[in-house]
Amino acid sequence: MNTEYIESGILELYVFGLLSEEENLKVKEMADSNEDVKAEILSIEKAVIDLSYSVSPYLSAEVYNKIRQQLIEKHEGVVQMPRKSTTGSYLGWAAAVILLFGLGFQYYQYNQATEEVQATKTERDKFEQMLANVSQENTQNEKALAIIRDKNNNVVSLAGQTVAPEAYAKVYLNNEDNKIYVDIAGLPEPPKDKVYQVWALKLKPQLDPTSIGVLDDSQRTQNKGIFAVENFEGAEAFGITLEPAGGSPSPTLEQLYTLGEVKS
Amino acid sequence: MTQEELLEQIYKKDSKAFTLLYDMYSKSLFGVIFNLLKDKEESEDVLQDVFVKIWKNIDSYNESKGRFFTWILNIARNAAIDKLRSKGHNNSLKNLSVDNFVNILDHNTSVSNKIDAIGIREFVKKLKPVCVRIIDLLFFRGYTQQEASEELAIPLGTVKTQNRNCIRDLRTILEV
Repeated sequence: MNTEYIESGILELYVFGLLSEEENLKVKEMADSNEDVKAEILSIEKAVIDLSYSVSPYLSAEVYNKIRQQLIEKHEGVVQMPRKSTTGSYLGWAAAVILLFGLGFQYYQYNQATEEVQATKTERDKFEQMLANVSQENTQNEKALAIIRDKNNNVVSLAGQTVAPEAYAKVYLNNEDNKIYVDIAGLPEPPKDKVYQVWALKLKPQLDPTSIGVLDDSQRTQNKGIFAVENFEGAEAFGITLEPAGGSPSPTLEQLYTLGEVKS
Repeated sequence: MTQEELLEQIYKKDSKAFTLLYDMYSKSLFGVIFNLLKDKEESEDVLQDVFVKIWKNIDSYNESKGRFFTWILNIARNAAIDKLRSKGHNNSLKNLSVDNFVNILDHNTSVSNKIDAIGIREFVKKLKPVCVRIIDLLFFRGYTQQEASEELAIPLGTVKTQNRNCIRDLRTILEV
């Protein structure tokens, strides 16, 4: 039955498009239910496609471009989406792409701007910090200067001794408010675990040192090297020694850095 | 890619579907159109119209109408025949069959895909003359069996089977 059907030649006419609608449907039914018929149709089709292909003259790519162009111009979007919402889709995709690029660009710009703001903020913080530092420094300087400048000061210069001939220091005796300040800007930074200790000295009838302050060197930067020490009335001289951390009950004279006599 | 796969791409609204469609069938349709018009520029114009038409009407195709290739073959043949008529060739339309696809293979030096074409040309020339004519009329020109039997002066009842035999010869030659 199948062979007879195939041999009848109807499948060729089916492929050539020469059958009526009704006949077409019958062939389709046969093809759907019969693999041999279906395979035969495909072979016939392949043969005529190859044959017609072979008689085609050179077909330039320009023709393809023209058709595409025509489809895009006259039926916007048809090439991309032949079914439904023809106009919308092509434009839609285009719009989506543009939007995407737009968003991308915006995001990029946003990031750039954020980075710039961040950088500016960091810079500003840095400047503010610098300004604060300068103000603080200034305040400290003024404070130090005020102490040194006070007209009621009696200034005692302490000269460098054997262990530190280059060292020097000054003691300011303020007779008005009975305060004593030591300026150790001229002393080298003490070694670790060592501190400077300030002594008020009585020279007569015998040398009698009294500790008036152990200097915390960590404060040196802040106070510009000017330390307030305990008041001591009747000092005749001042000395500064290097002592173990925490200070010593009596001065280590081998470590006497500076010494100066009060002139009255 | 098979016709079924192509249709799937088209139904899926795949954006490459048009290009696939064109790649698969443009040369064959161009061959059919050129076989009728014998003018390359005119054939290009018609091919352009044909593909626009196919794409515009692709929704109206369904498998109950026959093979997809058959559907587009009909569009191409009809467009080419319309072109001939519009040019006032209607009188000579039937007489054109003298110049069939084998002549094109013989005389057209710009036949595409030369290696293939030369091979096919040699093979196709092995077809019996009656087969060249019958395939030319039925496939390339879309003649009805009635028209073909008159043209070829053969009994109407034998057109279908003769054509069958000729296509079988062609398939043997092309090894399809």
